[in-house]
Amino acid sequence: MMDPAEHSDFHVISAKKRRSLASLFEIPAYADLLRFLVLRSIKVRYAQSVLGFGWAIIQPLMQMFVFTIIFGTLIGVKSDGENYAVFAFTALVPWTYFSNALTQATSSLTANANLISKIYFPRLILPLSEVSARLIDFLIGMVMLFIMLLVYGVAPSPGWLLVPVLVIIMIMTAAGAAFWLSALSVQYRDVNYASTFMVQILMYASPVVYSVNIIPADYQRLYALNPMVGVIDGFRSALLGSAPHRLDLIAIGAVVSLILFVSGAIYFQRRQHIFADVG
Amino acid sequence: MSDLTISTRGLGKAYRIGREREKSDTLLTAFGQGLAAPFRNFRNLTGLNTFDQDDAADDLFWALKDVSFDIHAGETVGFVGANGAGKSTLLKVLSRITDPTRGEVRLRGRVSSLLEVGTGFHPELSGRDNIMMNGTILGMSREEVRRKFDEIVAFSGVEQFLDTPIKRYSTGMKVRLGFSVAAHLEPDIMIVDEVLAVGDADFQKRCLGKMEDVASRGRTVLFVSHNMGAVQNLCSRCMLLKGGRIVEDGNPGDVIRTYLSAYSTGAETGFSDDNELRETTGPLRFTAGRMLDAAGNEIQRPVSGETTTFELDVENSGVPMAARVRLIFKEKDGNNLFALHSGMSGKIMTVGGRSKIAVTLDRLPLLPGSYRIGAAIISSVDGVSDRIPNAFLFDIEASTFFPSGDYPPRRHGGVLMDGEWTVHTETSAR
Repeated sequence: MMDPAEHSDFHVISAKKRRSLASLFEIPAYADLLRFLVLRSIKVRYAQSVLGFGWAIIQPLMQMFVFTIIFGTLIGVKSDGENYAVFAFTALVPWTYFSNALTQATSSLTANANLISKIYFPRLILPLSEVSARLIDFLIGMVMLFIMLLVYGVAPSPGWLLVPVLVIIMIMTAAGAAFWLSALSVQYRDVNYASTFMVQILMYASPVVYSVNIIPADYQRLYALNPMVGVIDGFRSALLGSAPHRLDLIAIGAVVSLILFVSGAIYFQRRQHIFADVG
Repeated sequence: MSDLTISTRGLGKAYRIGREREKSDTLLTAFGQGLAAPFRNFRNLTGLNTFDQDDAADDLFWALKDVSFDIHAGETVGFVGANGAGKSTLLKVLSRITDPTRGEVRLRGRVSSLLEVGTGFHPELSGRDNIMMNGTILGMSREEVRRKFDEIVAFSGVEQFLDTPIKRYSTGMKVRLGFSVAAHLEPDIMIVDEVLAVGDADFQKRCLGKMEDVASRGRTVLFVSHNMGAVQNLCSRCMLLKGGRIVEDGNPGDVIRTYLSAYSTGAETGFSDDNELRETTGPLRFTAGRMLDAAGNEIQRPVSGETTTFELDVENSGVPMAARVRLIFKEKDGNNLFALHSGMSGKIMTVGGRSKIAVTLDRLPLLPGSYRIGAAIISSVDGVSDRIPNAFLFDIEASTFFPSGDYPPRRHGGVLMDGEWTVHTETSAR
């Protein structure tokens, strides 16, 4: 018997189809929604605060002061011959983005449980919107960093062209990790509790307060499996020009971040059908 | 035959419900269970969504079972059923919010689901931002929201507060704003859940009017409501759900009648001898009671504004005697609303053996909600013979008591009265 609904222009919802990756291709159709979620996240973040976007500068700046006093002055951590404050701030701008984007995106599904239970949209848009919204803070941090570099007397060099590549790796790493963690956090709230201190531990597993060079040369490539190693070291070598580019570390990080991003997106897609039920 | 827009085949949706775990009876096992808790929690959380293989598991709850129907463009379909019958789950599956466990749905066209007013509103954002946000969430493009922005603002009546964060809005303002956005959607299929329950009468009417508008333009509207009047007025077709299945599908009048009589579990009667509140002290006693609609069919849920008969079966174990019956209508919390006295109505009834005593109200003057009736039969010889304070417990369905279809808020009073209004204007001398 011919089913009258056997037309191609019908959208099919079924148990069999629900694990497919097809809804990834719907995301462009929801670009407006993504845009507004990004705007919402940006506007809400500093709503009813006196300093507003000033906080995007204060957060890494305060960390820079603390690290400079403790690690730079008191402990005397080596900074490849650079001023420790500049050395730390160059790392803190990408790191602050990574840690904020990751924590906010991880909790984006549980924070928007109401939206998930009331309306359909590709759920991947939620972590994506947080990862995108935090780029504003990152841009403000970058402006601050460039000002600092000019004051410090660093002239723009061709190495700066590497920065966009590093930024892409940084975003993919944050997004990929957030896809995994946010999908897990819907079912296991433990992930939300763990993500805050995990990010803190991860900071010490990245060359934020110290230089890559304190890691024995034999282990550096293993160390670079953390994509933020390549990103942060790349930021320093590109912007400060003090050390030679470690393209090997960046390449390892790029591959890992790509794997993280793709596998995270696939895992997320396979899990998203349960979000409305178990969230 | 008009165009098919929605087609479902064998739709089923299962949820896992918690199973009680074994109690520990010694300190040692309690300690052991404490240690095992994380593992048990992990298994339970993991099990929340792994029910595909074994649908006979004892802790699965099937919210929808084997639901199949076809809906064509331009139809307005109402879904009725008691709480927990699966109406909201069905709408969630059709809106793609949750996936079916079995079967499939085929949909054609743009779907907007309005399961809540003001989805995605953020308290920190201004009215302006929230209109944009909410419109986009409901499926409008940025361009579309922008084009209709002025219209939406005018409809909502919050022009003055457009740049105020909506956390400073009153509840009513938020609802109006949310509804204004929803009212300007132009979907092919509109899915509406009980949202009417939130607003005031004016809001409900506007919402209904807008839905009528949508349906008249050849679009499809799916509608869940407990307001039988709205379903009756608005829908061209109605489906009755019970226990996750569609048990009747057809003309709204017929389906609603079935729902209000046989399939509802709302009403309980207290005519059992085990009723502890009952005080039987004389030869006259109630044996049963029932509520009837205008056609004489037994109903479980009376409808506000409809002709309703309360019928009582009475048995007299003594000699025939004159008796009076009293019914006191009370709100759920026990607040007395009004009473019907056969004696005061001037009716002296002689009861012998088995009798049926009935009283009819032309227009049941009660707001939708839960009520109870206390019944008493009084013998002219020795006073109260049988008294049941909770003779009937029932819910009243909404309909159209007043011509407008609106209801006053409960705080304005528990009993409905309609009056004859006149206006006389004195023309002033020139």
